[in-house]
Amino acid sequence: MPKVKVDGVEIEVENGTTVLQACEIAGKEIPRFCYHERLSIAGNCRMCLVEMERSPKPVASCAMPAAEGQVIFTNTEMVKKAREGVMEFLLINHPLDCPICDQGGECDLQDQSVNYGGRSSRYELNKRSVKEKYMGPLIKTQMNRCIHCTRCIRFAEEIAGVPDLGAINRGENMEITTFLEKTVDSELSANVIDLCPVGALTSKPYAFEARPWELTKTETIDVMDAVGSNIRVDTKGWDVKRILPRINEDINEEWISDKTRYACDGLSSNRIDQPYIKKEGKLIPCSWEEAFLKISEEFKKTANIGGLVGDLVDLETIFSLKNLLSSVSGSESVDFRQKDFYIDPSHPSNYLFNTPIAEIDDADLFLLVGANPRLEATMINSRIRKNFVSKKTEVFSIGNPGDQTYKINLLGDNLSILKDIEAETNSFADKIKKSKRPIFIIGESVLNSKQGKFVLETSKNILKKYNALSGLNTLHRNASSVGALMLGAYNTNQDVLKNEILYLIGADEVEIDNKNKFIIYQGSHGSKNTKIADVVLPGAAYTEKDSLYVNLEGRVQAAYKASFPPGDAKEDWKILRALSDVLKKPLKFNTIEQLRSKIFESFSIFPEINQLPKVKTENLSIASVDTLDSKVQFTSIDYYQTNEIARSSKTMMECKTAREQLAKTGTDD
Amino acid sequence: MLEDKNRIFKNLYGDESFSLPAAEVRGDWKDTKEIISKGKDWIIEEIKKSELRGRGGAGFPTGVKWSFAPKEVKEGRPHYLVINADESEPGTCKDRDILRYEPHKLIEGCLIAAYAVSANTCYVYIRGEYVNEGKVLQEAINEAYEKGYLGKNAAGTEWDLDIFIHYGAGAYICGEETALLESLEGNKGQPRLKPPFPALIGLYGCPTIVNNVETIAVVPTILRRGSEWFASFGRVKNRGTKIFCISGNVNNPCNVEEEMGIPLKVLIEKHAGGVTGGWDNLQAVIPGGSSMPLIPKNICETIIMDFDALIEAKSGLGTAGIVVIDKSQDIVKCMARIARFYKHESCGQCTPCREGTGWMWRMLERIGRGESNISEIDMLMDVTKQIEGHTICAFGEGSSWPVQGLLRHFRKEMEAKCSDQYHLRKDII
Repeated sequence: MPKVKVDGVEIEVENGTTVLQACEIAGKEIPRFCYHERLSIAGNCRMCLVEMERSPKPVASCAMPAAEGQVIFTNTEMVKKAREGVMEFLLINHPLDCPICDQGGECDLQDQSVNYGGRSSRYELNKRSVKEKYMGPLIKTQMNRCIHCTRCIRFAEEIAGVPDLGAINRGENMEITTFLEKTVDSELSANVIDLCPVGALTSKPYAFEARPWELTKTETIDVMDAVGSNIRVDTKGWDVKRILPRINEDINEEWISDKTRYACDGLSSNRIDQPYIKKEGKLIPCSWEEAFLKISEEFKKTANIGGLVGDLVDLETIFSLKNLLSSVSGSESVDFRQKDFYIDPSHPSNYLFNTPIAEIDDADLFLLVGANPRLEATMINSRIRKNFVSKKTEVFSIGNPGDQTYKINLLGDNLSILKDIEAETNSFADKIKKSKRPIFIIGESVLNSKQGKFVLETSKNILKKYNALSGLNTLHRNASSVGALMLGAYNTNQDVLKNEILYLIGADEVEIDNKNKFIIYQGSHGSKNTKIADVVLPGAAYTEKDSLYVNLEGRVQAAYKASFPPGDAKEDWKILRALSDVLKKPLKFNTIEQLRSKIFESFSIFPEINQLPKVKTENLSIASVDTLDSKVQFTSIDYYQTNEIARSSKTMMECKTAREQLAKTGTDD
Repeated sequence: MLEDKNRIFKNLYGDESFSLPAAEVRGDWKDTKEIISKGKDWIIEEIKKSELRGRGGAGFPTGVKWSFAPKEVKEGRPHYLVINADESEPGTCKDRDILRYEPHKLIEGCLIAAYAVSANTCYVYIRGEYVNEGKVLQEAINEAYEKGYLGKNAAGTEWDLDIFIHYGAGAYICGEETALLESLEGNKGQPRLKPPFPALIGLYGCPTIVNNVETIAVVPTILRRGSEWFASFGRVKNRGTKIFCISGNVNNPCNVEEEMGIPLKVLIEKHAGGVTGGWDNLQAVIPGGSSMPLIPKNICETIIMDFDALIEAKSGLGTAGIVVIDKSQDIVKCMARIARFYKHESCGQCTPCREGTGWMWRMLERIGRGESNISEIDMLMDVTKQIEGHTICAFGEGSSWPVQGLLRHFRKEMEAKCSDQYHLRKDII
């Protein structure tokens, strides 16, 4: 533990700390452009120069390891002069077009030139001009502004795992580019926009939309996948202008996927903004009263009522629906599965991602069983890659998920391999024997009624044998799945779709034969199931309500209201609460607080907000199953179109097209 | 004046063949086995005692550098010896003649140095333009393999050594040792951050010793003739003989091996046939390759050519590439040309060098054309100071020192070209 002195203050820092970090610990701010704690150290911007005793030159603090007895000065004339010099160099070829630059107001270069820059510009020659580069539908480039910090290159190479970005030419002709001017082929590509300290890489969909100081910022949770990335929603008036990542070391670090970031323009199109009733085969706008009365009439006719919730539904809504249907009809027929999906809810570990996401970093062996984490849970995949890069951990897979941005060792695509591993006739058994923290990730593709039981039980058996049951992980795709499972919103005996009345909440993927059925569709976006519905109720999207979501680890997280539902639309649990009054079976809560305390009272499995559930894998029961000779069939994932919001988003459509273009070889028809 | 018997490079002018039989007649590969049998510590100690300083420009003591290599070779972390033959410094052409006329000196030196730093693999990173020199070196390496001087149990020393030649692609910056390693690994040639130094973490993350061609080529002779012999030339800390490359406005541009500390005037007058138009026609001399500050005539009169004397004169010995500039040259335009070279060769990695070299060049061009305001001279000085010492590698110094030298000694000439009437904005539109 070296002791260093920063501006006269002696501090002790941990081994491996850099001088820059030591200065920060000592409370000194060090300006920087290229340094980023999650990327490798480049040391090329030279903004972080500090004076060090016994060094004739100023040293780049980001790259200098802190060592015993160093005496650092951050406020001397030499440091000030060096910073001014570097700042001047950065600005001589910078266009200074802040008034028309989207980075304005949140630009490192702006801030630091105010704080550390010198006098007015002395450079009066022509500035360098650089042609803009095409980097796909998300990243807008204005390469005149680039200061060559190479954060974007390092991100693409190290974190995203797509070596698509690089610097060509040298000296003042150096240019950052995607070598062939093609779309950056990564689900994490837009993070380079946040990383760019200047306005060289800005957001294309957000271009010229707003200034940062005009935006209202709401810290909330993402629902595009089951990971529950932490996000910040920026709104201007009603409009969600953009979504940015929020740092959460336990989940998404400080990255988010492109879908999380850019599906938000789907929030303002294709919305259901008032109730509709179907009359003579046509959906006619109506009032809430009419819609509720119609529902109440139908509910009197039969007790055969089923509920189905979609991908993006929050805990409160599921709970309210479940309570409403059981009080009205005694029916327990609420489910969340829109497709063939094997579940074993006897123990939460059977459906949870039991390894806390942050602990993926500690794993020393991975086995993917029919999982495609890159598309199913991008942030989990970036963790696996992080582990792969830093520790060269081997990743094995049953079934070929395609490029995951790291090397995959294919064991084959027949699930019977699992049985071989169990019997130790497969060489993978040796690997797992040697491993201390193996992680199995089971994808939804194999969690179907035919293969699910076999995969789950055999995996448990294998892991149990090596005392590693906590490495059993189910990779859910949808934000609502785990919450619904924990709330018991599943019906194992009966197919929900057989009911005479169907109450769909955002369930827009399931195929329904609407003959002789009364269908209520409550949701935020129009879809194919809105068309077959008899009553349509306008709901709120995830940015428009305070709600709870459970991520795949079982972590409960609170989403906050950043915007308002459009038109007559209401928050979903309020609709159900109001309907219960009309049905004369009022639900026993009036506020969201009462509703939440009801949930936490009735289901002790829920942990406190932001905590992991206290679930132990030790006493997990394991059934023995016969071997199954069956191949992994990946269900197709249209990454940019996985839910109703993404499907309504223009940007996501552009991404999809760009990716299709990228896949073309030039020789196809 | 160095006597012929004390010359290390006896075939510096290519009068004889480079090949093995001729080299052996000149004394190469004699007693290599005995030298190596004296052990690593003896070799390193002997080199330390000879006070040999690196001949690539920085002048770091070679024996000390070798002693930085870890004593034990760890499993999976082999040591490497890398020979820097990427001689690109304008005004310098000494390695070229060693490569094409005396390659066996280098190869023998490689074996001894590799043994001393426990390396079994040696890479020679050769400048891309030196195609023919590379061919000659390869031929010499082949000869050495045939004779058993390289490969397994090289020259009967029980030490294995393989030498590989790698051609650069013509970037000046790849002569910087860490950029060279990057380039050798197949990456873009950009200097690495130091620390860690290559002696601990170098090529492919393994301990690596990088030495200049001349440094390695003189090692066998030093060890054969003894460190006292080598240390008998020159002054303290500036020992031995050195190849000087004299070019520019002289009657007889040449490479010559001379004692360290020889007066510059003697070098030019005796070996290079004098300045064109006589000594009085001398304007300035760049004493150590283009990256060293020039020295004006009055200093040239008395200066002696070694590391410390030139540092005292606020210049440097560098690679000992002496460029003579006579009074027919426009000194500002000469320096503008050098600044343009550095602008062209900056790798672009770090800010001061990437942005500053172009700025310096443009200012010098304008001053040379007489289109500058007098105030720009101070600004130019300020810019050079902002580059110097603020960069990742020594290129920052290399590009700003020549300009500083110009400002230090030829300010009057520059001011004469400028005017306080001139306004910058005029030529921008």
